[in-house]
Amino acid sequence: MQTPEGGRRWMSGIGPTVLTTVIAGLVALAVVALLVNIFQRRQEARNPFYRVVELTDDTEDPAVWGKNFPLQYDQYRRTVDQVRTRYGGSEAVPRTPTLVDPRSVVAQSRLEEDPRLKTMWAGYAFAQDFREERGHAFMLDDQTFTERQQVAKQPGTCINCHASVYVPYKKLGGGDLFKGFEKMNQMPYSEARTHVKHPVACIDCHDSTTMALRVTRPAFIEGIRAVKASQGTPNYDVNTMAPRQEMRAYVCGQCHVEYYFKGAEKRLTFPWSKGLRVEQILSYYEENPHDDWTHAETGAPVLKAQHPEFEMWNQGIHARSGVACADCHMPYVRVGALKISDHHIRSPVLNINNACQTCHKWPEEELRQRVYGIQDRVLALRNRAMDSLVALIGDLREARSRGIAEDHLALPRKLQRHAQFMLDFVEAENSMGFHAPQEALRILGESIDYSRQGQLALRGAPVPGPPAPAKPPAR
Amino acid sequence: MLTGRVLQTISASAVGVAVAVGAYTFIYARGYSYLTNDPGACANCHIMRDHFNAWTRSSHHAVAVCNDCHTPPGIVGKYVTKGVNGFHHSLAFTTGRFPEPLRITPRNAAVTEKACRKCHSEIVQAIESHRRAEQLSCIRCHSTVGHLE
Repeated sequence: MQTPEGGRRWMSGIGPTVLTTVIAGLVALAVVALLVNIFQRRQEARNPFYRVVELTDDTEDPAVWGKNFPLQYDQYRRTVDQVRTRYGGSEAVPRTPTLVDPRSVVAQSRLEEDPRLKTMWAGYAFAQDFREERGHAFMLDDQTFTERQQVAKQPGTCINCHASVYVPYKKLGGGDLFKGFEKMNQMPYSEARTHVKHPVACIDCHDSTTMALRVTRPAFIEGIRAVKASQGTPNYDVNTMAPRQEMRAYVCGQCHVEYYFKGAEKRLTFPWSKGLRVEQILSYYEENPHDDWTHAETGAPVLKAQHPEFEMWNQGIHARSGVACADCHMPYVRVGALKISDHHIRSPVLNINNACQTCHKWPEEELRQRVYGIQDRVLALRNRAMDSLVALIGDLREARSRGIAEDHLALPRKLQRHAQFMLDFVEAENSMGFHAPQEALRILGESIDYSRQGQLALRGAPVPGPPAPAKPPAR
Repeated sequence: MLTGRVLQTISASAVGVAVAVGAYTFIYARGYSYLTNDPGACANCHIMRDHFNAWTRSSHHAVAVCNDCHTPPGIVGKYVTKGVNGFHHSLAFTTGRFPEPLRITPRNAAVTEKACRKCHSEIVQAIESHRRAEQLSCIRCHSTVGHLE
């Protein structure tokens, strides 16, 4: 027990000394902690990369690349996430695995969401099974097990964009990428499937020694050469002539494009030699006659637009401003002292802070509403265009059942082909018009007009019809 | 029992250690550089490296360093601003708790806004002589003159 007197003695005696010792000790402790922290931050800044394995041009497995680039690999693996946006993304729908399809989770069916799609695609495998796309991680499984495989014989060409094919192509071609590409195109899907192991992987976009972006798909190398030739640059070689910022879109354009299988050898071809706009693509298909299938209800020779994200983006303001796919879908993200491209590729709407706000200094909610505002309008017109097309298909079917002469059906069928392709060009494009809002609405408007003209033509009224392949409106 | 003399020795040693470690940390962390005008000092922490790199390529790099636009004129205002920002930045960087992308605070935005008018007062005066309800912001449109990043 201390008396007041004892306390006073402590204060005047050893007390201050002890207190000073304790405070000095704590200060020293804090400063050392700070020193260590500063040291750590300096170390962070120093070495961004440790090479623990040797990567070669034959290293296919992304897990091996991941040993050298653990941050990017970690993000890459997150494309398994299933998250909905208003008009895209995917929802995990449970299903009972079967012998032919062991998947226990799939994405929601688009055919159930909009049964008009079945009418549009009548007679084609897409009318059988068409689901919302899932992330990159699922591309190979979802293609291997889709019901489309069972109702139609798919060629090996399909693998081009559903697996890591760079190394398999080289192996098949004895070192020649193009030869391997040609060989796999001609295989049946099931045989081609045995040659590939992984969904899209590091080596599909990156050079193994420099990590520079690199186009590995022969179809894109040929396609972009055709585009550049149409613009007056002959012999374009994308891998030596494209600047880095363009490569940040081109590596995505290897797959996110409109395509068809050319000839008996099923060569994957991008219909770009006249340009990237929808009417340029349509007139390519007129000059190089090609139908994807004959419509089951109307007998029209029709085309399926695939997923022309690259073409649509090219018509939009972001492309015009030099903003590449990777800028929004793989925005820079800081991890420790490093700034890396986010390899968790996904909708920018799920990542507005990094994807949009780097350039657009507006609140997140405001930006989200701008995107949805554009998409709501495109959806509304898409639905009108879909109704118009279904009405034309109904009229054509009815006219056929009445036994109208085939040559009277030629023009309405041609108009169906145009209306349908233009509608599908927006429908199949994964952005609900956002990649090029005005272009998307223009295409839908023209689609509606072609459906209208088709119905008029069936009634014998004179209509202008689709324009003869000619120069499209200049930009 | 410890005598007063032993205790005093321990205390003095503790103070000595604290001062020495503090001094070493100050030098190791280039603390003195923050008293200078050198833009390199602002990039001591790697978080500012991109901004620094962007500044070296900006239209203003030949005529203005960080302090010209990010501190107010006058020795007192300059060092108060340096002190306040220095404390907040150090705290954020040490703890790692800060939102990204980085955004300027209202106080610092006001400093920068005034800085434009230090050199460009004539042209700004001509623009602002038309009465307006709100003051115009230079950097709203000219956001890239200092550094794009």
